[in-house]
Amino acid sequence: MIKTDIIIIGAGPTGLFAVFEAGLLKLKCHLIDSLPQPGGQCAEIYPKKPIYDIPSQPEIMAGDLVEKLMTQIQPFQPGFTLGETALKIQKQADESFVVTTDKGTQHRAPVVAIAGGLGTFEARKPKIVGLAQWENKGVDYIIRDPEKYRNQKVLIAGGGDSALDWTIVLADIAKEVTLIHRRNEFRGALDSVEKVQTLKDQNKIQLITPAEVTALNGHQELESVTVTHQGRPKPYTVDYFIPLFGLTPKLGPMADWGLEIEKNAIKVDNSLDYQTNIPGIYAIGDVNTYPGKLKLILCGFHEATLMCQSAFKRIHPEKRNVLKYTTVSGITGFDGSRKEAQKSTIKSIK
Amino acid sequence: MDIKITVIDREGVAHHLDAPTDMAMNLMEVCKAYELPVEGTCGGMAMCASCQCYILSDHELGEKNPDEEAMLSEAFHLKENSRLGCQIVMDQKLEGLKVELAPE
Repeated sequence: MIKTDIIIIGAGPTGLFAVFEAGLLKLKCHLIDSLPQPGGQCAEIYPKKPIYDIPSQPEIMAGDLVEKLMTQIQPFQPGFTLGETALKIQKQADESFVVTTDKGTQHRAPVVAIAGGLGTFEARKPKIVGLAQWENKGVDYIIRDPEKYRNQKVLIAGGGDSALDWTIVLADIAKEVTLIHRRNEFRGALDSVEKVQTLKDQNKIQLITPAEVTALNGHQELESVTVTHQGRPKPYTVDYFIPLFGLTPKLGPMADWGLEIEKNAIKVDNSLDYQTNIPGIYAIGDVNTYPGKLKLILCGFHEATLMCQSAFKRIHPEKRNVLKYTTVSGITGFDGSRKEAQKSTIKSIK
Repeated sequence: MDIKITVIDREGVAHHLDAPTDMAMNLMEVCKAYELPVEGTCGGMAMCASCQCYILSDHELGEKNPDEEAMLSEAFHLKENSRLGCQIVMDQKLEGLKVELAPE
């Protein structure tokens, strides 16, 4: 069981900045995110796109913003459970909470802050009749361990970076790799597109475009897929069909935690501290809603700050506290590091 | 000047909307402003297809840019007249535009 002061569900910009504000109050944080890396949408969807409305940053790439936040919170040594989805939240007799992930990892803290953005990222599934019946019987939406496909016949569908990247990786592992896409053009890093071109030229992979998978066939397990190319359907024998059409966010398990939900977002008390209808559980950033809500990173930062002040009072009801300015007090990290403003020199001039 | 457009939602109900042309708003944003069920997950970067719609009127909409082409090529429920609402900017030429929201 991982124990901390604040469990933060969602490691996007708002969740990351909450670590900093909590750290100033000497509260420790542990973040849970279903994605394998921190940064949320900024890292997953648009790392190379600029953001123009972060105060004092006339222009910053979303990926750079995440990197800077990681540097900023480093002294406060946050813990991370990445690649796992928060599934359950249970209130304990002592008023603390236990959050359990889909992989069974348990976390315990007196405060939970949900910074889940638009929700958990789930694979976009193509509309093929009967697709669901082949899930885990030959159809995979996410590649967790490439070794699973060693000496297997694999067919990948998609036209973006993940389809290209996995085609490149599996070309060396699988017995046969076929990549199909609805168009001849691919949207991915130039380097990856060129690598796939080379693999095709060397006959290490098979490329079928423009084409799509229109049916799945088999008995107990998937045995073949029907690929429709230039209007003609043709069966291909495969062991695995891996559609990689990107990820889409869904509120997911959070919707069943007994929280008041309005328009796919969690209702909070914005006049005070962004607490939900369950005392001790807060919701900050894009995942929450209140009158006048704006889904902006800068608003998430503000909400995270007020949430931490309230969390402090919940965790230490007996302690008095006042707001401190980092310029005056500096930053003392949990790692023993110390940053502070340079003291002015007092010296007489003769 | 506002223009009048018609958006048919996923239940088949037609909504007649006044869309401003002076706010650099796109069709996805107009739908959101009227609280129609358009998610606009990616915020308008042509990266999610949650604003896919079918163009029912015969307005000249201009060419799709490469981002829209690429996203639509991975979108589901695709039709000949599919477009991404976020890439259609409201202007006078779109007076009377009629679209239908694609299934989620």
